[in-house]
Amino acid sequence: MTYHLTVNGEPVELAVPGMRRLLDALREDLGLTGTKEGCGEGECGACSVLVDGAVVDSCLVPVCQVDGSTVRTVESLVGPADGRLSPLQEAFLDAGGAQCGICTPGMLMAARAFLDGGGEPTDEAIREAIAGNLCRCTGYTKIIEAIALAAKRER
Amino acid sequence: MTVTTRPIRSEPTVSPAAPSGLVAPVSGEIGVGRADADATPRRREGPEKLTGAAKYADDLVVPGAWYGATIRSTEAHARLLGIDLDPDFDWSKVVVVTAADIPGENVVSLISDDQPALVSTEIRHHAEPVALIAAPDRATLRGARRRIRLRTEPLPAVFDPLESRQQFAHFELAEGDIDAGFAEADLVIEGTYRVGHQEQLYIENQAMIAIPRDDGGVTVQGSLQCPYYIHKALKRALALSGDQAVVVQTETGGGFGGKEEYPSMIAIHAALLARRCGKPVRMIYERHEDLAATTKRHPAIVRYRSGVTHDGRLVAQDIEVIMDGGAYCTLTPVVLSRGTIHAGGPYRCPNVRIRGRAMATNTPPNGAFRGFGAPQTEFAAEMQANRAAEALGISPLELRRRWVYREGDTTPTGQVLRESVGGEEVLERAAEASGFERVRELTRIGRHARTSRQRTASGIGLALAWHGAGFTGSGEVKLASVASIELTHDGRIRVLSASTEMGQGTKTIFPQLVSQELGVPYEAVEIAVPDTSVVPDSGPTVASRTAMVVGGLLIKAARRLRSLVEDATGRTFADSYREYAASHGGARVDQRFEPYPDVSFDDDTYRGDAYPCYGWAAAVAEVDVDLDTGEVAVRHVVAVDDVGKVIHRVLAEGQVEGGTLQAVGYATIEEIKLQDGRYLNDRLATYLIPTAMDAPHISTILVEKPFSGSPHGAKGVGELPMDVGAPAVVAAIHDAVGVWIHDLPASPERILAALAAKGDARAGTRPA
Repeated sequence: MTYHLTVNGEPVELAVPGMRRLLDALREDLGLTGTKEGCGEGECGACSVLVDGAVVDSCLVPVCQVDGSTVRTVESLVGPADGRLSPLQEAFLDAGGAQCGICTPGMLMAARAFLDGGGEPTDEAIREAIAGNLCRCTGYTKIIEAIALAAKRER
Repeated sequence: MTVTTRPIRSEPTVSPAAPSGLVAPVSGEIGVGRADADATPRRREGPEKLTGAAKYADDLVVPGAWYGATIRSTEAHARLLGIDLDPDFDWSKVVVVTAADIPGENVVSLISDDQPALVSTEIRHHAEPVALIAAPDRATLRGARRRIRLRTEPLPAVFDPLESRQQFAHFELAEGDIDAGFAEADLVIEGTYRVGHQEQLYIENQAMIAIPRDDGGVTVQGSLQCPYYIHKALKRALALSGDQAVVVQTETGGGFGGKEEYPSMIAIHAALLARRCGKPVRMIYERHEDLAATTKRHPAIVRYRSGVTHDGRLVAQDIEVIMDGGAYCTLTPVVLSRGTIHAGGPYRCPNVRIRGRAMATNTPPNGAFRGFGAPQTEFAAEMQANRAAEALGISPLELRRRWVYREGDTTPTGQVLRESVGGEEVLERAAEASGFERVRELTRIGRHARTSRQRTASGIGLALAWHGAGFTGSGEVKLASVASIELTHDGRIRVLSASTEMGQGTKTIFPQLVSQELGVPYEAVEIAVPDTSVVPDSGPTVASRTAMVVGGLLIKAARRLRSLVEDATGRTFADSYREYAASHGGARVDQRFEPYPDVSFDDDTYRGDAYPCYGWAAAVAEVDVDLDTGEVAVRHVVAVDDVGKVIHRVLAEGQVEGGTLQAVGYATIEEIKLQDGRYLNDRLATYLIPTAMDAPHISTILVEKPFSGSPHGAKGVGELPMDVGAPAVVAAIHDAVGVWIHDLPASPERILAALAAKGDARAGTRPA
């Protein structure tokens, strides 16, 4: 069966088994290896992507479930024309929000969804927004600072 | 560019029972966002990590690669009688490797050669590698995996280190006269403390890809901390020459010690399979396998007696440390050594005896994890200090003021602390920034005023620690590591070192240090990928030694390169190095470690300078304890660390914040339960680490007491915060609810049990 998705703004046809994990389709069929696998059971959030604007763990989502959906991965965050870092990515770089980097793509997508949601970027709200994304390096401090900084700059 | 690193402040609390005295230091003070573009360049590999372009091992596309898997034991101790392949399965598309197929020595080379790459006769722990399989696709691999049976005969197993008769290592330190010390004491504080396993939980699982080489050797690329450990291990297990074994680090998604020694095992496995099938082989662990099979922090039992006088002097410490090494030696002797040396805590005591031993059990081997033995024993030391303060009726801050090491004091190895002694300063800075005494008075009032309707109790706790900088004893001298700088013929400046980037900032601070020394822009200095065919052996990326030791080597190398060029050209390096490179065909400076002056240690007697200097850390934690559930919320931590010299403020703070949260996890929720030598919670759904909702606000203050032996004064930062977080949290729990939790983690079950045992109606029981 063939599934039709929009991935990072491009229409994509996937002729794969319906139960193939979205994570594998992205990484292996589409070569989008920015999305990472940390646990394969929806605990760590390293594989977070946006499906129709909502954050999902792509390791738990079968391709058949996203037929017709719009998927965004970390690769979509840079400027489409010039490939420059987005304000969110710049903020992570400035504040030190990325250390080993393996949680970073998922963290960025959770942050993107939060910022797009337009909520007040309080410390508590940011913590809640990234509660499904584990980071073992930063103690979250500089990730939270980075998201708050991005909110300020994007305003 | 302005970088803001000011800690986010928590909202002020209104309840008098839950004061929030912990405030961030004022702007302009050390530790607060005062950074400029020149002093703190952006993370070198940051853009790749932020765009998804960075390549971790599992991201690499290797055409024609097969998939490898490990067949593991399901018993803790057994004799291996045979490995049976189901005759009904088509094995033509699968390769199988057993111990008999190992061309070299069947050993994972490390300290002791006791650990086989694959079991040949005796299974010594659950999840031990027994056979390897590889197949061209995952489905075939999965099918084959189910068709292999291990024939075994069970053997009696030992799970308790106290019952074990096999000892991996022991150390004994003595200073003064222990009997005279206890004779002088007015009070003797006794305690037994137990700390359990902790998983490093890097978010990227262990991963290695082996690619056969034309010369009959193998190249492995993977997630790792120590390229030359693996290089040596491959040479021995596969009987390869130095040139035939090549180790290349891929982007590494966290290590924390967990990728110090274990990657040698997985590299050997991938290489054996690649050799057998003649194809590249991917060995990418899933989380479950990674949790079930790889090393953890050593559990420990620490028995402690402290003698103190009525006027608050510490006159005797008698300490016994028993560590559980698991089934094989790994790095256990070195972990035990550090744990033993640090067991007295950062406190002057004239009469000390510390005995440490590490025992074998039939559990998966334990190994390196940030702090490396010190968090285990310093937890006990801090518990004793706090209990002594309680017994003497003085504040834990005041007690530490009296006890903390000062310049000129002597440690249990007979080392005189001559310089860079920051214990007093980190203590005072933490006390000041947290308003420790003021908040403690408020929590005391809150405790006494608490009614049975109030079901949350607040507390504040303090901890202090020291952490030996770099390798223990003569480790660094024996290693004699090398770091190099190359000026290429086409005028590029390149750092060559085996020190790896795993998030802590090696790729940023090395070019930063070198560019400052050469007087060229940060961007002008490149850093080579750690590849054993390219970079020298700079030693392992462990023991917080990268900035201090290897960074120091690079500064010296840069000075030599600068002189070389400037002497030849008569102009500044920046103005003339390209020209010099063109006319001289480039240059390369190799800098080898030279012993620090006046630092000596006797490995046989364990006397002398155990470390060239020490880092010092203090933490103040504020917690809320839920009296109904026993759950602890750590709300705020002030972390103060003397790192000698701050090279890159944002990265250094990041180390302190991350280490502090790992310590908070160790203190509160991270626990491994075992049954018959098997980890029960070997999934991320059951082994929990703190989320952003669990994490406290962390206020970091960096103190700089430089070490004269390194050209920049740096002493390392990575491990320091790991030593203080847990005892600070447990002290805060005591301040809140009046019970001491002797065992880590201070889980809800332990807290409720302690409250019930205390029988304190107001603090511990439900409202009627």
